[in-house]
Amino acid sequence: MKKNAVLVRDVIFAWPTSTTAILKIENLNIPENSKTLIQGPSGSGKTTLLSLLAGILLPTSGQAVVLSEDLTRLNSKKRDAFRVDQIGFLFQQFNLIPYLNLIENVLLPCRFSRVRYQNAGNTESGLKKEACRLLNLLGLKPEKFSHLATQKLSVGQQQRVAAARALIGNPKLILADEPTSALDPENRLAFLELIFKECSKNQTTLIMVSHDTSLSAQFDQVIDLDVLNQARGDDLSFAEN
Amino acid sequence: MLFKLAWLSILNRRSTAFLTIFSIAISVALLLGIEQLRKSMRNSFLQTVSGIDLVVGARGDAIPILLYSVFRLGEATNNLRWQSYLEWAADERVEWTIPLSLGDSHRGFRVLGTNSDYWRHYRYGKERKLELKTGEFFDGLYDAVIGSVVAEKLKYQLNQQIVIAHGAGSAALFEHDDQPFRIVGILKPTGTPVDQTIHVSLEAIEAIHIGWEDGFPSTQTGKPATMNISELQPKSITAFLVRLSSRMQTFRVQGEINSFEKEPLSAILPGVTMQKLWQILGTFERTLMTVSALVVLSSLTSLISLLLATMNERRREIAILRSVGAGPQRIFVLLWIEATLLCFVGGLLGFVLQYAGLMAVEPMVKNQFGLQLFLEWPGKEEFLFFLLIMSIGMMLSLFPAWRAYRISLHDGLLPKI
Repeated sequence: MKKNAVLVRDVIFAWPTSTTAILKIENLNIPENSKTLIQGPSGSGKTTLLSLLAGILLPTSGQAVVLSEDLTRLNSKKRDAFRVDQIGFLFQQFNLIPYLNLIENVLLPCRFSRVRYQNAGNTESGLKKEACRLLNLLGLKPEKFSHLATQKLSVGQQQRVAAARALIGNPKLILADEPTSALDPENRLAFLELIFKECSKNQTTLIMVSHDTSLSAQFDQVIDLDVLNQARGDDLSFAEN
Repeated sequence: MLFKLAWLSILNRRSTAFLTIFSIAISVALLLGIEQLRKSMRNSFLQTVSGIDLVVGARGDAIPILLYSVFRLGEATNNLRWQSYLEWAADERVEWTIPLSLGDSHRGFRVLGTNSDYWRHYRYGKERKLELKTGEFFDGLYDAVIGSVVAEKLKYQLNQQIVIAHGAGSAALFEHDDQPFRIVGILKPTGTPVDQTIHVSLEAIEAIHIGWEDGFPSTQTGKPATMNISELQPKSITAFLVRLSSRMQTFRVQGEINSFEKEPLSAILPGVTMQKLWQILGTFERTLMTVSALVVLSSLTSLISLLLATMNERRREIAILRSVGAGPQRIFVLLWIEATLLCFVGGLLGFVLQYAGLMAVEPMVKNQFGLQLFLEWPGKEEFLFFLLIMSIGMMLSLFPAWRAYRISLHDGLLPKI
């Protein structure tokens, strides 16, 4: 039996100023080295769940254990460190810092994390090489790498750079928030395959949220958040009584 | 890393960043320039004449005596007798004296009668001597040496003949046109009233007033065709400057002159009186300083409001930085560094602008306004100024930094755009 990368128990989340639960999950297990797709229509709490798993948000009650760390027990500084050491992120779009070139964009996590820096090569030249390798792997031409042309890239190219950034320094977990929704349908699969390949090579767990049902077949596990999330606009103050 | 990010972020916004920097630079340059100008004016004012211990005139108040003797403004109500002057000049505690005889003018410029002691002893600024641009100091009876502004404004050259008018002001009624003077020397600029003075000998003043005892030309003039200098002993002068052998004696000598029995005289301390006069004029400089300080403050405020205004566009950037591990504190520091950098570069540029600007206008100011700019390398005062501006900038920079901090906490990884 595989270890769990993510373990969620009796989690309830509500914004601090509100008593309405947005997320209510009794039980969620995601095994290590697996590829999980979390599906659900917009507004079903997908992004909130990702924020909880990333330690950006803390559950109002319950337990969220990610890579054997109970996030509720870490202070915000430790969660920031944990996040960059262990987790790679991939957003829907506009993932890049416009004033950094491609390589520097890819290397950003290594700038804030000793662990990622060491994993990615441990020297400046090693880092560059690794960044180039990933960009190459994801199908970008090397002559563009050092140019400050992030805004001139197509959305697809930008997503590739962002993917390289998520992957660099072998984080144990990759959280992706609709990474393919801005891509053409024919590019989506190819893009996913490249990420999958790199993930399985490094034994990285991938959790992706998407409303796109067509991708289900590619994943080990598909979770329907609409089913998983039992929050139905519950009033917490009432529920607790 | 944060430093590099901040720098690259500024470069990315270079057009607005440049304008911001430029506006800070201009305001800083303005402030420093005004401060320099103020110091220069003060120095040049307080050092209009240097190295003298007492100014002696006919009995009167200190400020008027200083005004007419040193600044050549206004009129002396009374002259003092030549005999009194000789007596004090011969006092053993007196190192040297310079007699001054005022009252005539030439096209609005004052004519000063004096003697060779003027060239020998007169000092201004930091013990600087008078120097000639061309020609020589006067020797003959009808020789005149003119200041640089006189030469510049009236376009006078060596050997030109000029006529002196009786009384001050360009509309002086009577001219001593029977006895023209010849320009024998032109002085280098000094930045003092010397530049606006026409210097002649005491004897010449005496000579042109022969027959003018009533204040206007007598009708039955029998002017001597040739005059002998030795016969033209002045009977009175307007004031004289005194240098004592020992400064310790200043108050004692001053007291003795003030209680001189043969004639009512007043001896004043030029340094103290000039300070007093400057304090009267000082309101103006304080106003200038306040205005330029406000300009600096307003340009710093506009920097901050610019940063705050662009903060919404930067929410995405902040979210990305947080996703790659930058904590809210780091975001705070990043924004703070960025704003501080802008202030810093602006301030430095302001310094450069100010020095370049002053250096460029220095000769013009000296020639046109007779003001000697004291261009010095930034000293402790400028450094403190810079530090003050920087600390205000850094303090104001806390606002956008705080805003970014709040955004990063609130938005998390999800910029709400």
